[in-house]
Amino acid sequence: MHAGNVERIRALLDHVPDPEIPVISIVELGIVRDVTVADHGGGAVVLTTTYTGCPATFAIESAVRTALDQAGFKDVAITRRLDPPWSTDWISDAGREKLREYGIAPPPHSTSLREHATPACPQCGSTQTEELSRFGSTPCKALWRCLACAEPFDHFKCH
Amino acid sequence: MTPTTNAGNAGKIDPRFRGELCRYAMSLGDDSLVLGQRLGEWCGHAPTLEIDLFLANIALDLVGQATLLLDYAGACEGNGRDADRIAFHRDVLDFTNCLLVEQPNGDFGRTIARQFLFSNFQLLLFQALSNSTDATLAAIARKAAKEVAYHARVASEWMVRLGDGTEESATRVRDGLDWSWRFVDELFEAPDAALIESGIAVDPAGFRAEFDARVDAVLRDAGLARPPGRRPILGGRNGHHSEHLGPLLAQMQFLPRTYPDARW
Repeated sequence: MHAGNVERIRALLDHVPDPEIPVISIVELGIVRDVTVADHGGGAVVLTTTYTGCPATFAIESAVRTALDQAGFKDVAITRRLDPPWSTDWISDAGREKLREYGIAPPPHSTSLREHATPACPQCGSTQTEELSRFGSTPCKALWRCLACAEPFDHFKCH
Repeated sequence: MTPTTNAGNAGKIDPRFRGELCRYAMSLGDDSLVLGQRLGEWCGHAPTLEIDLFLANIALDLVGQATLLLDYAGACEGNGRDADRIAFHRDVLDFTNCLLVEQPNGDFGRTIARQFLFSNFQLLLFQALSNSTDATLAAIARKAAKEVAYHARVASEWMVRLGDGTEESATRVRDGLDWSWRFVDELFEAPDAALIESGIAVDPAGFRAEFDARVDAVLRDAGLARPPGRRPILGGRNGHHSEHLGPLLAQMQFLPRTYPDARW
């Protein structure tokens, strides 16, 4: 039964969107570190933050709280875990594809040549791209431009 | 700043070091907090939108680090103070940040010179602190080092761009570097000896040579000379601040002090 509840909570969380990139869920973003349910009720959803100063943290916790409460998990707590620090490697493959479809170039895997590779344009697929600004509209993104189709785009930074 | 508790997956706090650990975490947190607040002053005023964004983003990272460090200082202290309480309800003499971070922004050249020196220092510090025997400090340092690596990179690039730019930009960044240089030695003051010996704190003297090498390499690319050694100005760690910190705190603390029960 407890295992079933863990699965139910995970399914709930899979429908909680990231507030700044609503096309992917917080599970796909890789910030749900653990879900536990205790024998006699209680338990915890363990979250980590992307960046320490990420202003979306409170919005995410509030959305998780609402989702848990509505499904009857009022006694499941939300806690934070700092270590190991979140990495863009934790973004799932499905999440990466959704980012691309949304117009955000997904981060390279850290095993790739991150210093040298340029992201492919999410609009036309060209790798002829250049960085315009290392810090973009949110802390996790940089602003790039495609030299082939001339469209600017966000690039999720490798972190 | 933290509606849910349990900010870190903390190990046990060694009771022998509780007081000194509190002071250490608070000084690290104050560095981040004060520079974060300073950089926030640029918001809406930077030369271009891109610069506005990266200065604000660095500020955000720093305030995030300050939240973690000051929450931990409060936990070590054991009097129920959280990061907000410590940040907003202390007077200027109780702040133990280094003097460099409280210096006025000046022009963009001076802001970049300050960021270049501080971020390169902070990166080496957090990398070393990632191996602290204190589990919470190590966790915060590992998290923060990833962010600060970006800060150091972007500030170093701008040093080169300004130093190797026009006559005007080179003059301004050189003036900024000259202004900031006398505050560098304070960064390398050793924290409490027992904390270092126990492996909790890091003696920054251990990475001074690495810091100097990194700074010199960037200055070479930027065509800037290393400023001459000056008599260092010290005192921030003991609460002896320049005249610039008070007004910064007055602005930062006004709302929570005037309306102590205000909530978002």
